[in-house]
Amino acid sequence: MNFDLSDEQRLLRDAVDRLLADHYGFAQRRSYLAEPEGWSKSLWSRYAEQGLLGLPFAEEYGGFGGGAIETMLVMEAFGRVLALEPYLATVVLSGTALSLAGSEAQKSAILPPVAEGRMTLAFAHGERQARYDLTDVLTTARPTAGGWVLDGAKSVVAHGGGADRLIVSARIAGERDDPDGIGLFLVDAEANGLARRSYPMRDGTQAAEIALHAVEVARDDLLGEPGAALPIIERVVEAGIAASSAEAIGAMEAMHAMTLEYLKTRQQFGKPIGQNQALQHRAAEMLIALEEGRSMAMLAAMMVEEPDPAERARNIAMAKIGVGQASRFVAQNAIQLHGGIGMTEEYAVGHYFRRVMVIEHMFGDPTYHLSRLAEQVQ
Amino acid sequence: MDLRFTAAELALRDEIRAFIRDRLPDDIRERMRLGYAPRKEDTVRWQRILNERGWAAFNWPRDYGGPGWTPVERMIFLEENQLAPAPEVSSFNITMIGPVLIQFGTEEQKRRFLPRAANIDDWWCQGFSEPGAGSDLAALKTAAKREGDHYVVNGQKIWTSTAHHADWCFCLVRTDPAAKKRQEGISFLLIDMKTPGITVRPIVSIDGSHHLNEVFFDDVRVPVAMRVGEENRGWDVAKYLLGHERTGIARLGKSKERVTFAREKAREVRANGRPLIEDPAFRLRVAQLEVDIKALEITQFRVVSDYAKKEAGKPDPLSSALKIKGTELLQATTELAMDVGGPLAMPDWAQELEALSNEPELGPAWASEATKSYLFLRAASIYGGTNEIQKNILTKAVLGL
Repeated sequence: MNFDLSDEQRLLRDAVDRLLADHYGFAQRRSYLAEPEGWSKSLWSRYAEQGLLGLPFAEEYGGFGGGAIETMLVMEAFGRVLALEPYLATVVLSGTALSLAGSEAQKSAILPPVAEGRMTLAFAHGERQARYDLTDVLTTARPTAGGWVLDGAKSVVAHGGGADRLIVSARIAGERDDPDGIGLFLVDAEANGLARRSYPMRDGTQAAEIALHAVEVARDDLLGEPGAALPIIERVVEAGIAASSAEAIGAMEAMHAMTLEYLKTRQQFGKPIGQNQALQHRAAEMLIALEEGRSMAMLAAMMVEEPDPAERARNIAMAKIGVGQASRFVAQNAIQLHGGIGMTEEYAVGHYFRRVMVIEHMFGDPTYHLSRLAEQVQ
Repeated sequence: MDLRFTAAELALRDEIRAFIRDRLPDDIRERMRLGYAPRKEDTVRWQRILNERGWAAFNWPRDYGGPGWTPVERMIFLEENQLAPAPEVSSFNITMIGPVLIQFGTEEQKRRFLPRAANIDDWWCQGFSEPGAGSDLAALKTAAKREGDHYVVNGQKIWTSTAHHADWCFCLVRTDPAAKKRQEGISFLLIDMKTPGITVRPIVSIDGSHHLNEVFFDDVRVPVAMRVGEENRGWDVAKYLLGHERTGIARLGKSKERVTFAREKAREVRANGRPLIEDPAFRLRVAQLEVDIKALEITQFRVVSDYAKKEAGKPDPLSSALKIKGTELLQATTELAMDVGGPLAMPDWAQELEALSNEPELGPAWASEATKSYLFLRAASIYGGTNEIQKNILTKAVLGL
């Protein structure tokens, strides 16, 4: 049992922190939000230069062969500054799908340009009616002479509007909710019949609705075996849960630090409000939630590569619940302890609040996962 | 980062598990499984079996009769013992007075008391709290006046767990009432409970048990040789005692065992026409507890593995978080067991059983005992520094407020 970082991991964390300290002040972040993409293209290049965009990819595809712990460190740092770039969508979700299911040719064509910062990706799986059910896929893929034709719609696709290529799930066979029969397809974002409507999420990050009308996809753009994509999708989601949990921990750290600072400086009744025991105990409870949440985010990262699928799924679901509940507690109390200023758009705490709120509602919220765990109680 | 135990740790876990399986007497195991608090004889019998194997003083170094385990190995032992479920070793003997004597005791004190504490030949109790000194321990008033080579002790202790069983009491007393700081006038004494002038009066708690006591000292003569540490420096000893190795404080094995037990019993009782275990609300409650246990378990791993690195250092301030969360879980899991019992958990069968011993069995013993532990464990968030005091500690030590 060991919770230490290796020297390389420490170097990575420090390098990312340094880069973000220079480039991700709250005012700088505001300027990135105002850019056309809603994030910073120039910083994206810096991430590429530092090797972050190929971090988890194998070396032969321009990557560094990093694991889930490395991803955790990067995501925590992103969470601390509320980074807006499509790292989760491109590197973690789509990168995991390609690494797990991609052919040599697919990986060689896509991973190097991603690692170099020349291509972004989005993982287009969720559908309007599906809520959090991974098997609820109505989008269809019909075989044709040259490949496949996709019809349907994908919903709340993170960074779907700006991505160069999409990984789209579609049903090749079976009915709604059938675990078998789902396929994953690499689709060019400019393909005929594909329409995208972009919008900001509540936290300012970008997402899109994607409509597919008779979109033609070449045979070579099927990822993995036809109809056998669900296990891949599940692993993509597990990697996404681990990474976004780490991001939430970074955001919770920032909220907790901000709140402490406020408790020490804000004066009322002639003394800092942090001298009131009611507020001290709330801050102590926030600390406990943060640390238990951190434990769960570490658990998720350490479980991403666990070979036993049931063990992996169960632990990652527990982590998702724990981090979600902890982040809700920390975020709600961060605003409460700030009082009125915490409610304002100009103050940072509300932005962190909204980021963890959005993360909580990705990949299944705590109630969803709790209910699934409950079904296994015996 | 790695969650796995080493091969040596896994081998030790298997060894401990097998030993407990083979050597824990069946009658004790059955009482523990049904949720009874261990009787004095149960604790003594089991601790002596463990001591024979060299494990009773699980956190002591080899030189003093302990196994010399690492913090991770100690955690494994505690968990296996709780999961069995076996009686826990006497905390007063093993995690309190033992480490104190090893750190501060004279050679004579160590020689005389340590082996007997490990083998529970002496049953120790703790004389800290007083009517006017609970969370504010330094307000204690029990006075010890020096007369030649004796102290003469007068005063009162309260909430003294198992004082009625005890052979010895380690006690905080005031030796310098004029000290500038209250903490500077306190000494740490070892008091033989058979000394004339000591009166133990029971306090019956809300679970109906006699566990707590008041202890009165009326001109009790204690040899100066029974002082631990320097005169008026007893606060340092007490701080060491309270801060020493608190990693076992979460008692996670106990909470896990209670959830397992509640699930088992939930298969036997019915709700809404089906086994309770199939009830969605019940399942949800179990699932949430399992998530909370997991979060605390990983946090405990972090604290313990950190502790292993700075063994001699100060206790991790996060041990306060372990105490808070651990006792909350202990309370929530015993609450769960009681709720499984439902209406049959509510009668107080104890007096009936005594009066009508030849009547057929009343309700299931486990349901009644579940309520008893639920009631008893309301104290868990009070003893060992209330959970609110723990939050004060976090506020000061970690948050700097």
